[in-house]
Amino acid sequence: MVTTTQLDHARAIAGAVADPEVPVLTIADLGVLRDVAIDQETGTVTVTITPTYSGCPAMETIRDDLHLALEAAGFTDVVINLTLTPAWTTDWMSDEGKQKLTAYGIAPPTGRSAVRGPIPLTLAVKCPRCSSLRTKELARFGSTSCKSLWQCEDCLEPFDHFKNH
Amino acid sequence: MTSAQNGTTELARDDSENPHGAVTVDQLDLEAELAGDADAIATPETAEYVLWLADDALILAQQLSRWIAHAPEIEEDVALGNIALDLLGHARALLRYAGSASGRTEDDLAYFRNEPEFRCSWMVQQDNGDFAHTIIRQLVMATYMFALYTRLADSTDPALAAIAAKAVKEVEYHRDHAVQWTLRLAGGTDESRTRTQRALENLWPFVGELFRDDASIEPLIERGIAVRPSSLQEECEAIFTAVLAEEDLEVPQPQPSSAGGRHGSHFSALGFILAEMQVLARQHPGATW
Repeated sequence: MVTTTQLDHARAIAGAVADPEVPVLTIADLGVLRDVAIDQETGTVTVTITPTYSGCPAMETIRDDLHLALEAAGFTDVVINLTLTPAWTTDWMSDEGKQKLTAYGIAPPTGRSAVRGPIPLTLAVKCPRCSSLRTKELARFGSTSCKSLWQCEDCLEPFDHFKNH
Repeated sequence: MTSAQNGTTELARDDSENPHGAVTVDQLDLEAELAGDADAIATPETAEYVLWLADDALILAQQLSRWIAHAPEIEEDVALGNIALDLLGHARALLRYAGSASGRTEDDLAYFRNEPEFRCSWMVQQDNGDFAHTIIRQLVMATYMFALYTRLADSTDPALAAIAAKAVKEVEYHRDHAVQWTLRLAGGTDESRTRTQRALENLWPFVGELFRDDASIEPLIERGIAVRPSSLQEECEAIFTAVLAEEDLEVPQPQPSSAGGRHGSHFSALGFILAEMQVLARQHPGATW
């Protein structure tokens, strides 16, 4: 018999696994963790994750880390599933995650993810170091698939921005 | 599914070298979880069409990755590398799905097919050339892929729809990148403008193939699985025209194309691309890294 406590425990363990490329964030913060379930009969823990970007190389590491964390917590029978639908969006990032990103020096996604339409709206990106809004994008592509490179025009520091997606 | 069943190599870790300790895990079986469908198996007809998309993405990724450390500025090393990585992600998901029809893995399809078994367009086989040449090839391919994946996101095939819905958001960035660079190069110096013009003339003969209808996928179009190539032409040409008009450049006249990439008849460059891409896997079968 699986108890609610066990399910909560498994959820907490899985949710605490960090993104290897942005170690300040957990996969729960990112919205990469989609579901944790325990089979009443067998006790099998099924974790469902979704990639941020199609080519994201972190998925394999995240899968291994989930196995390790859950096994260390006593869940021996673990299945990791990958889903593509619904497609991941930065709208799923938790507020706590956004605060952690800023503290880490990465500007979090601003507002809602890009809405396709005739009028593109660009929201200001706040410098994570001095909070200035006078910032500019240097390169649309950055150190990982999910980030772009920006510079603050007040403190002059370059910084990464987690792209709205 | 165990790794023995699906033919992948288990990742056995060595205690002495790995902080994770001794852990053995199966490879992620994307095809088994696509779109929440526990058994997303492609039909042979669908698999053939999926290879059109998979091989375009795979070969373009291979070509773009050659720019890393050779681009005009470090930001472009990063940008073209990122774009290649996105395309490789699309290629992997598509190859897994295509392979499900015949029990082959993504690696079987990428490394152990020969030229006539590839289904990529001639456009992606064109040399990187200079930076302008690569950018114009990107303008064409990213515009085409954006239009294609936008439509395919509504495909009646759930696995294909899932891959397309994911890919379209990424390809939108690629298209934006190509448009920005096309404008910069066309409106930059005499040299960059001349090279952009030359790239347009060299590459345009290969555009037609992307929009050419093909009787082999007609049944898939009727079932709402595939997208009719010619139905994307107007939308793509409107974008080409608008972007080039911005800098007073004209879209070259469309030309009838004899390209036969969708049936395995390829441009001379593909053999060289495959030789480099496949050499390691063929010299060391089963190697993992």
